[in-house]
Amino acid sequence: MKAAVIVFPGSNCDRDMKVAIEQSMGHSPAMVWHADTDLPETDLIAIPGGFSYGDYLRCGAIAGNSPIMREVVKKAKVGTPILAVCNGFQVATETGMLPGALLRNANQKFICKDVDLKVAANNERFVGAFETGQTVRFPVAHHDGNFFTDDETLARLEGEGLIAFKYSDEDGNVTDTTNINGSRNNIAGIYNEAGNILGLMPHPERLISDQLGGTDGKTFFDNLINSLS
Amino acid sequence: MKARVTISLKNGVLDPQGKAIEHALHGLGFEGVNEVRQGKIIELDLGDISTDAAPAEVEKMCTQLLANTVIENYTVELLD
Repeated sequence: MKAAVIVFPGSNCDRDMKVAIEQSMGHSPAMVWHADTDLPETDLIAIPGGFSYGDYLRCGAIAGNSPIMREVVKKAKVGTPILAVCNGFQVATETGMLPGALLRNANQKFICKDVDLKVAANNERFVGAFETGQTVRFPVAHHDGNFFTDDETLARLEGEGLIAFKYSDEDGNVTDTTNINGSRNNIAGIYNEAGNILGLMPHPERLISDQLGGTDGKTFFDNLINSLS
Repeated sequence: MKARVTISLKNGVLDPQGKAIEHALHGLGFEGVNEVRQGKIIELDLGDISTDAAPAEVEKMCTQLLANTVIENYTVELLD
Protein backbone atom coordinates (compact mmCIF):
# COMPACT_ATOMS: atom_id res chain seq x y z
CA MET A 1 0.00 0.00 0.00
CA LYS A 2 1.39 3.37 -1.06
CA ALA A 3 -0.06 6.83 -0.62
CA ALA A 4 0.82 10.30 -1.85
CA VAL A 5 -0.05 13.70 -0.37
CA ILE A 6 -0.03 16.68 -2.73
CA VAL A 7 1.60 19.82 -1.30
CA PHE A 8 0.84 23.30 -2.67
CA PRO A 9 2.33 26.61 -1.54
CA GLY A 10 -0.13 27.54 1.22
CA SER A 11 -1.23 24.00 2.11
CA ASN A 12 -1.42 23.78 5.91
CA CYS A 13 -2.94 20.36 6.59
CA ASP A 14 -0.46 18.38 4.52
CA ARG A 15 1.49 17.27 7.57
CA ASP A 16 -1.66 16.42 9.53
CA MET A 17 -2.70 14.30 6.55
CA LYS A 18 0.73 12.65 6.49
CA VAL A 19 0.53 11.81 10.21
CA ALA A 20 -3.01 10.41 9.87
CA ILE A 21 -2.08 8.20 6.91
CA GLU A 22 1.17 7.15 8.55
CA GLN A 23 -0.62 6.15 11.74
CA SER A 24 -3.00 3.84 9.86
CA MET A 25 -0.63 2.63 7.13
CA GLY A 26 2.51 2.07 9.22
CA HIS A 27 4.79 4.02 6.91
CA SER A 28 4.98 7.48 5.40
CA PRO A 29 3.14 8.64 2.29
CA ALA A 30 5.13 10.38 -0.46
CA MET A 31 4.88 14.17 -0.23
CA VAL A 32 4.53 15.48 -3.79
CA TRP A 33 5.25 19.14 -4.59
CA HIS A 34 2.78 21.05 -6.80
CA ALA A 35 5.40 21.83 -9.44
CA ASP A 36 6.27 18.16 -9.98
CA THR A 37 5.03 16.64 -13.18
CA ASP A 38 5.28 12.98 -12.15
CA LEU A 39 3.31 11.16 -9.50
CA PRO A 40 4.97 8.20 -7.81
CA GLU A 41 3.13 4.89 -8.10
CA THR A 42 0.35 5.16 -5.52
CA ASP A 43 -2.86 3.51 -4.30
CA LEU A 44 -4.24 6.68 -2.73
CA ILE A 45 -3.83 10.38 -3.46
CA ALA A 46 -4.70 12.87 -0.72
CA ILE A 47 -5.28 16.53 -1.56
CA PRO A 48 -4.98 18.32 1.80
CA GLY A 49 -6.52 21.41 3.35
CA GLY A 50 -5.02 24.88 3.51
CA PHE A 51 -5.02 28.06 1.49
CA SER A 52 -3.24 27.03 -1.69
CA TYR A 53 -1.85 30.06 -3.52
CA GLY A 54 -3.40 32.27 -0.83
CA ASP A 55 -6.90 31.51 -2.16
CA TYR A 56 -6.15 34.05 -4.91
CA LEU A 57 -8.72 34.34 -7.73
CA ARG A 58 -10.99 31.64 -6.19
CA CYS A 59 -10.27 29.00 -3.55
CA GLY A 60 -8.50 26.11 -5.30
CA ALA A 61 -8.55 27.73 -8.76
CA ILE A 62 -4.82 28.18 -9.23
CA ALA A 63 -3.92 24.89 -7.52
CA GLY A 64 -6.40 23.18 -9.83
CA ASN A 65 -4.26 24.26 -12.77
CA SER A 66 -0.86 23.41 -11.25
CA PRO A 67 1.39 20.90 -13.06
CA ILE A 68 0.84 18.03 -10.61
CA MET A 69 -2.94 18.34 -10.81
CA ARG A 70 -2.88 17.36 -14.48
CA GLU A 71 -1.39 14.05 -13.36
CA VAL A 72 -3.87 13.72 -10.49
CA VAL A 73 -6.80 14.25 -12.89
CA LYS A 74 -5.39 11.55 -15.18
CA LYS A 75 -5.12 9.14 -12.23
CA ALA A 76 -8.66 10.03 -11.14
CA LYS A 77 -9.96 9.03 -14.56
CA VAL A 78 -8.39 5.57 -14.32
CA GLY A 79 -9.91 4.99 -10.89
CA THR A 80 -7.13 5.82 -8.42
CA PRO A 81 -8.78 6.61 -5.06
CA ILE A 82 -8.57 10.29 -4.14
CA LEU A 83 -9.33 11.89 -0.78
CA ALA A 84 -9.85 15.65 -1.11
CA VAL A 85 -10.24 17.50 2.19
CA CYS A 86 -11.30 21.14 2.66
CA ASN A 87 -9.11 23.16 0.27
CA GLY A 88 -8.53 19.81 -1.47
CA PHE A 89 -12.31 19.58 -2.01
CA GLN A 90 -12.26 23.09 -3.49
CA VAL A 91 -9.38 22.08 -5.78
CA ALA A 92 -11.27 18.94 -6.85
CA THR A 93 -14.36 20.94 -7.84
CA GLU A 94 -12.21 23.47 -9.71
CA THR A 95 -10.67 20.70 -11.82
CA GLY A 96 -14.11 19.23 -12.53
CA MET A 97 -13.21 15.94 -10.79
CA LEU A 98 -16.19 16.63 -8.52
CA PRO A 99 -19.34 18.61 -9.40
CA GLY A 100 -20.39 21.92 -7.83
CA ALA A 101 -18.42 24.70 -6.18
CA LEU A 102 -17.65 25.92 -2.67
CA LEU A 103 -18.87 29.47 -1.99
CA ARG A 104 -18.24 31.83 0.93
CA ASN A 105 -20.06 30.63 4.08
CA ALA A 106 -23.58 32.08 4.15
CA ASN A 107 -22.95 33.80 7.51
CA GLN A 108 -19.65 35.28 6.21
CA LYS A 109 -17.78 33.80 9.17
CA PHE A 110 -14.74 31.54 9.30
CA ILE A 111 -16.09 28.47 11.10
CA CYS A 112 -13.64 26.48 13.21
CA LYS A 113 -15.21 23.80 15.44
CA ASP A 114 -16.06 20.12 15.69
CA VAL A 115 -19.30 19.26 13.89
CA ASP A 116 -21.63 16.28 13.75
CA LEU A 117 -22.06 14.70 10.35
CA LYS A 118 -24.60 12.17 9.19
CA VAL A 119 -23.14 9.46 6.95
CA ALA A 120 -25.58 9.98 4.08
CA ALA A 121 -24.54 7.26 1.65
CA ASN A 122 -22.14 4.41 2.00
CA ASN A 123 -19.09 3.72 -0.06
CA GLU A 124 -17.18 0.80 1.44
CA ARG A 125 -13.82 2.14 0.46
CA PHE A 126 -14.21 5.51 2.15
CA VAL A 127 -16.77 5.06 4.93
CA GLY A 128 -17.03 1.28 5.30
CA ALA A 129 -16.33 1.61 9.02
CA PHE A 130 -19.58 3.50 9.50
CA GLU A 131 -23.24 2.65 8.98
CA THR A 132 -25.39 4.75 6.68
CA GLY A 133 -27.40 7.09 8.90
CA GLN A 134 -24.98 7.09 11.83
CA THR A 135 -23.17 10.25 12.87
CA VAL A 136 -19.47 10.97 13.11
CA ARG A 137 -17.64 13.96 14.54
CA PHE A 138 -14.94 15.72 12.52
CA PRO A 139 -13.65 19.30 12.85
CA VAL A 140 -14.31 21.98 10.24
CA ALA A 141 -12.10 25.04 9.67
CA HIS A 142 -13.17 27.00 6.62
CA HIS A 143 -14.44 30.30 5.27
CA ASP A 144 -15.60 28.93 1.91
CA GLY A 145 -17.43 25.68 2.52
CA ASN A 146 -20.89 26.56 1.26
CA PHE A 147 -21.51 23.79 -1.28
CA PHE A 148 -23.43 24.97 -4.33
CA THR A 149 -24.63 23.12 -7.38
CA ASP A 150 -27.58 23.46 -9.76
CA ASP A 151 -30.92 21.74 -9.11
CA GLU A 152 -30.30 19.02 -11.68
CA THR A 153 -26.92 18.01 -10.25
CA LEU A 154 -28.29 18.19 -6.71
CA ALA A 155 -31.10 15.78 -7.64
CA ARG A 156 -28.57 13.45 -9.26
CA LEU A 157 -26.29 13.50 -6.18
CA GLU A 158 -29.27 12.69 -3.94
CA GLY A 159 -30.76 10.12 -6.32
CA GLU A 160 -27.56 8.22 -7.01
CA GLY A 161 -26.32 8.09 -3.42
CA LEU A 162 -23.34 10.35 -4.08
CA ILE A 163 -23.65 12.47 -0.93
CA ALA A 164 -21.16 11.19 1.62
CA PHE A 165 -21.82 13.44 4.62
CA LYS A 166 -24.44 15.98 5.68
CA TYR A 167 -24.17 18.53 8.50
CA SER A 168 -26.49 17.22 11.24
CA ASP A 169 -26.99 17.17 14.98
CA GLU A 170 -25.57 14.34 17.08
CA ASP A 171 -28.73 12.26 16.51
CA GLY A 172 -28.43 12.54 12.75
CA ASN A 173 -31.19 15.11 12.24
CA VAL A 174 -30.39 17.20 9.17
CA THR A 175 -32.05 20.62 9.54
CA ASP A 176 -31.51 24.27 8.64
CA THR A 177 -30.20 24.80 12.18
CA THR A 178 -27.46 22.20 11.69
CA ASN A 179 -26.49 23.65 8.31
CA ILE A 180 -23.41 25.54 9.50
CA ASN A 181 -22.43 27.23 6.24
CA GLY A 182 -25.45 27.39 3.93
CA SER A 183 -24.56 24.34 1.80
CA ARG A 184 -27.32 23.06 -0.43
CA ASN A 185 -29.10 20.14 1.29
CA ASN A 186 -26.56 20.39 4.17
CA ILE A 187 -23.91 18.74 2.00
CA ALA A 188 -20.52 18.37 3.71
CA GLY A 189 -18.99 15.81 1.34
CA ILE A 190 -19.66 14.05 -1.96
CA TYR A 191 -18.40 11.20 -4.12
CA ASN A 192 -17.84 11.34 -7.85
CA GLU A 193 -20.02 9.15 -10.02
CA ALA A 194 -17.42 6.37 -10.25
CA GLY A 195 -17.03 6.39 -6.45
CA ASN A 196 -13.23 6.70 -6.40
CA ILE A 197 -13.13 10.32 -5.21
CA LEU A 198 -14.37 11.65 -1.89
CA GLY A 199 -14.36 15.42 -1.36
CA LEU A 200 -15.36 16.82 2.03
CA MET A 201 -14.99 20.09 3.93
CA PRO A 202 -14.52 18.55 7.42
CA HIS A 203 -11.09 17.28 8.48
CA PRO A 204 -10.98 13.59 9.50
CA GLU A 205 -7.18 13.89 9.80
CA ARG A 206 -7.58 16.25 12.74
CA LEU A 207 -9.34 13.79 15.07
CA ILE A 208 -7.10 10.75 15.10
CA SER A 209 -6.33 10.29 18.80
CA ASP A 210 -7.92 10.89 22.18
CA GLN A 211 -5.29 13.55 22.82
CA LEU A 212 -6.75 15.50 19.91
CA GLY A 213 -10.29 15.13 21.24
CA GLY A 214 -11.59 12.11 19.35
CA THR A 215 -10.88 9.12 17.16
CA ASP A 216 -13.58 9.14 14.46
CA GLY A 217 -10.86 10.28 12.06
CA LYS A 218 -8.64 7.35 13.00
CA THR A 219 -11.54 4.95 12.37
CA PHE A 220 -12.02 6.63 8.98
CA PHE A 221 -8.34 6.32 7.99
CA ASP A 222 -7.96 2.76 9.37
CA ASN A 223 -10.86 1.66 7.14
CA LEU A 224 -9.59 3.58 4.12
CA ILE A 225 -6.08 2.13 4.35
CA ASN A 226 -7.40 -1.40 5.06
CA SER A 227 -9.74 -1.30 2.11
CA LEU A 228 -6.90 -0.27 -0.22
CA SER A 229 -4.26 -2.66 1.13
CA MET B 1 -4.21 45.10 -27.13
CA LYS B 2 -5.76 45.13 -23.69
CA ALA B 3 -8.79 43.27 -22.43
CA ARG B 4 -11.03 43.69 -19.43
CA VAL B 5 -12.84 40.65 -18.07
CA THR B 6 -15.79 41.27 -15.75
CA ILE B 7 -16.80 38.32 -13.62
CA SER B 8 -20.03 38.14 -11.62
CA LEU B 9 -21.92 35.47 -9.76
CA LYS B 10 -24.78 33.90 -11.69
CA ASN B 11 -28.33 34.79 -10.72
CA GLY B 12 -29.52 32.49 -7.98
CA VAL B 13 -26.03 31.94 -6.53
CA LEU B 14 -25.92 33.27 -2.98
CA ASP B 15 -23.55 36.24 -2.62
CA PRO B 16 -22.90 36.72 1.12
CA GLN B 17 -20.37 39.50 0.46
CA GLY B 18 -22.87 41.41 -1.67
CA LYS B 19 -25.42 40.93 1.13
CA ALA B 20 -23.00 42.36 3.71
CA ILE B 21 -22.35 45.41 1.51
CA GLU B 22 -26.10 45.86 1.05
CA HIS B 23 -26.63 45.85 4.83
CA ALA B 24 -23.79 48.33 5.30
CA LEU B 25 -25.32 50.66 2.69
CA HIS B 26 -28.69 50.44 4.43
CA GLY B 27 -26.89 51.27 7.69
CA LEU B 28 -25.53 54.43 6.05
CA GLY B 29 -29.03 55.47 5.10
CA PHE B 30 -29.06 54.31 1.47
CA GLU B 31 -32.45 52.67 1.94
CA GLY B 32 -33.17 52.65 -1.79
CA VAL B 33 -30.66 49.88 -2.49
CA ASN B 34 -32.64 46.72 -3.30
CA GLU B 35 -29.75 44.35 -3.90
CA VAL B 36 -25.94 44.32 -4.16
CA ARG B 37 -23.97 41.73 -6.14
CA GLN B 38 -20.18 41.77 -5.93
CA GLY B 39 -17.90 40.67 -8.75
CA LYS B 40 -14.38 41.22 -9.97
CA ILE B 41 -12.58 42.85 -12.86
CA ILE B 42 -9.42 41.39 -14.37
CA GLU B 43 -7.37 43.55 -16.74
CA LEU B 44 -5.10 41.82 -19.23
CA ASP B 45 -2.29 43.32 -21.29
CA LEU B 46 -2.06 41.01 -24.28
CA GLY B 47 0.89 42.65 -26.02
CA ASP B 48 0.70 42.77 -29.82
CA ILE B 49 -1.91 40.04 -30.35
CA SER B 50 -4.11 40.67 -33.40
CA THR B 51 -7.68 41.90 -33.03
CA ASP B 52 -8.85 38.74 -34.77
CA ALA B 53 -7.07 36.35 -32.43
CA ALA B 54 -7.73 38.15 -29.14
CA PRO B 55 -11.38 37.21 -28.48
CA ALA B 56 -10.79 33.46 -28.76
CA GLU B 57 -7.63 33.68 -26.68
CA VAL B 58 -9.33 35.56 -23.82
CA GLU B 59 -12.33 33.23 -24.03
CA LYS B 60 -9.99 30.28 -23.44
CA MET B 61 -8.42 32.05 -20.45
CA CYS B 62 -11.89 32.64 -18.99
CA THR B 63 -13.07 29.06 -19.30
CA GLN B 64 -9.81 27.48 -18.18
CA LEU B 65 -8.97 29.72 -15.24
CA LEU B 66 -10.42 33.19 -14.81
CA ALA B 67 -14.06 32.23 -14.25
CA ASN B 68 -15.74 29.18 -12.73
CA THR B 69 -18.74 28.73 -15.00
CA VAL B 70 -20.50 26.57 -12.41
CA ILE B 71 -21.15 29.73 -10.39
CA GLU B 72 -19.94 32.70 -12.45
CA ASN B 73 -20.72 34.61 -15.65
CA TYR B 74 -18.13 36.67 -17.46
CA THR B 75 -18.00 39.34 -20.13
CA VAL B 76 -14.97 40.37 -22.16
CA GLU B 77 -14.24 43.88 -23.45
CA LEU B 78 -11.36 44.39 -25.82
CA LEU B 79 -9.63 47.76 -25.41
CA ASP B 80 -7.20 49.39 -27.81
